[in-house]
Amino acid sequence: MAVESGQKKSWTMVQALNEALRRSLDENPKTLVMGEDVGRLGGVFRVTDGLHKDFGEERVIDTPLAESGIVGTAIGLALRGYRPVVEIQFDGFVYPAFDQIVTQLAKMHARALGQIKLPVTIRIPFAGGIGAVEHHSESHEAYFAHTAGLKVVAPSNPADAHWMLRQAIASDDPVIFLEPKRRYWDKGQLDPNGAPELGLHQARVARSGSDLTLIAYGPMVKVCLEAAEAAAEDGLKLEVVDLRSLSPVDFDALERSVKRTGRAVVVHEAPVFLGMGAELAARITERCFYSLEAPVLRVGGYFAPYPPSRVEDAFLPDLDRVLDAVDRAMAF
Amino acid sequence: MAPAANGGTADAGPPELVQLLTPEGERVEHPDYSLETTPEELRSIYRDLVLVRRFDAEATSLQRQGELGLWASLLGQEAAQVGSGRAMRPTDYAFPTYREHGVAWCKGVDPLNLLGMFRGVNHGGWDPDEKNFHLYTIVIGSQTLHATGYAMGITKDGSDDAVIAYFGDGASSQGDVSEAFTFASVYQAPVVFFCQNNQWAISEPTEKQTRVPLYRRASGFGFPGVRVDGNDVLACLAVTRWALDHARTGQGPVLIEAFTYRMGAHTTSDDPTRYRIAEELESWKLKDPIERLKAYLVREGWADGAFFDALDAESEQLARRVREGVRTMPDPDPSSIFDHVYAEGHALVDEEREGYLAYASSFASAAAETSDGEDD
Repeated sequence: MAVESGQKKSWTMVQALNEALRRSLDENPKTLVMGEDVGRLGGVFRVTDGLHKDFGEERVIDTPLAESGIVGTAIGLALRGYRPVVEIQFDGFVYPAFDQIVTQLAKMHARALGQIKLPVTIRIPFAGGIGAVEHHSESHEAYFAHTAGLKVVAPSNPADAHWMLRQAIASDDPVIFLEPKRRYWDKGQLDPNGAPELGLHQARVARSGSDLTLIAYGPMVKVCLEAAEAAAEDGLKLEVVDLRSLSPVDFDALERSVKRTGRAVVVHEAPVFLGMGAELAARITERCFYSLEAPVLRVGGYFAPYPPSRVEDAFLPDLDRVLDAVDRAMAF
Repeated sequence: MAPAANGGTADAGPPELVQLLTPEGERVEHPDYSLETTPEELRSIYRDLVLVRRFDAEATSLQRQGELGLWASLLGQEAAQVGSGRAMRPTDYAFPTYREHGVAWCKGVDPLNLLGMFRGVNHGGWDPDEKNFHLYTIVIGSQTLHATGYAMGITKDGSDDAVIAYFGDGASSQGDVSEAFTFASVYQAPVVFFCQNNQWAISEPTEKQTRVPLYRRASGFGFPGVRVDGNDVLACLAVTRWALDHARTGQGPVLIEAFTYRMGAHTTSDDPTRYRIAEELESWKLKDPIERLKAYLVREGWADGAFFDALDAESEQLARRVREGVRTMPDPDPSSIFDHVYAEGHALVDEEREGYLAYASSFASAAAETSDGEDD
């Protein structure tokens, strides 16, 4: 899968992630990949495909089916000088590891007054839209972003997925790496021999516009780009900001955009109530109050458990719901 | 030397209790666990037991005097901690709960460092790698997984170091402890699980945690379990040495259940007279770990009055150092709450630090203006 430097070619997000893991394993002998089925099977989404064969079971570790154990032992390996990249098989399975993540992984560096580092990356295929059964479609980013000590990121396309994963693995801080599983098979241009265009925690203007800023991350970026395309037919110029990092948030980038457009709509899959949108709306209001032409609106999931897949389309924000919010914002 | 994995009930000591020194201080032999000691080594072990107990007593007093917010006393568990602590090499790593003051002592951690979190000036501010003694862990059992992961790393490094994970009878009910057993067994990790069964998890007796003796848990996970007299420092030393050797030579984990008793409260916040009877306490007093070693030393003529007097003086000296050290321990600067949240920094933390500093300095400016006004 290697390509010559300077050459971009088309990669799926799964391939881009796989290449990021491969290069990280190659570059640093202390990097480890561990999780359920990441070895011979190559992961249920094949993100770790071929790594077990090429790097061996000492580097690519099939673990017992115990999420707390996976994260807890990864902490111990990090204390011994390793850089574990943990895979949680599905979003809804991370909760058994929640204690290890928020009470141990997030806090240990501070408790040791900075004398130890916890370079653990936790990859979680997250969010819905693939017709899965219960516990396979959840958006739990707010839990992790709410916890000081964790960094939380969510790429939206193959190139970001690749570079952000390499940056996350290289980070000395624990990173929750949320992979939008409904975008796993989307394609995008990538040259893995190049260099990342942005820092891990910088937002990106995915589409420029002057009338309103759509703010999204992970799976919803594509929905927002489609909404902006549709709105353009009606003469409305929507800017789309791909947040990329949920902790820390690049508020400066949001401020720059919203001060220009005067309107903002935040879009995510997680329930609106106490979700990322609540924080983003509050901050934008603080920073851009005198530039705002309308209140910051939010589009997201409902305050209900993630629904059965036959009705998940009603739960997930789509192009129409985004445009409906845009209309409401423009009406002020 | 595979120890038997049967017999006994959860709350009973015998029949599988490894003992090398009886409660009366008589040296006995055990077919599986031999130990050679010199009189000098025995005096040194005795010194550790006495100093650790004196430190613990001083910390309890300091809590009563309001100098510490809380203290978790190790009274009664000195032998389990000193015995196992002394079995480690300096390069072996210990993952403690919050009561392993005696293990910290054996690893060379300054006792004053242990008091920071109990005084409320930090959450455990020592460098774990300096003496291979990890931070105290308050959530029950979490550290058994950290110990196991660390041990897995040792194997990857090709090193012959080993790890001890400390936990209590209450923690044995936690899923993390079972998961640690699973991982350690599957990966043959060089970790010794050292359970100090002190009979009580705050107010809950061991019967509320298990229906079988704790050391027998190990057999279901495929590694040896041993029950040792936790008030017998020599037995704890011998069994832990054997277990560490077993682990470091690639034979996988061992579970040691040190059968002991917490003589004091769970912490200075609880009242054990509400949940346990005085007779139980009295019966365990007869098994005191320090008295039995003293009886042995005296009977053999290996320690005289001058030795005990000198140790008394050293104990008081330690207590004074601890007392003065705690009372002069500086409070951290409030802005330090923003330090070390992240290794590489975080924009929001930086922003909030600046906001806090500006807010805090506004009081200083206001005070300066007020005093200027008074001068006028």
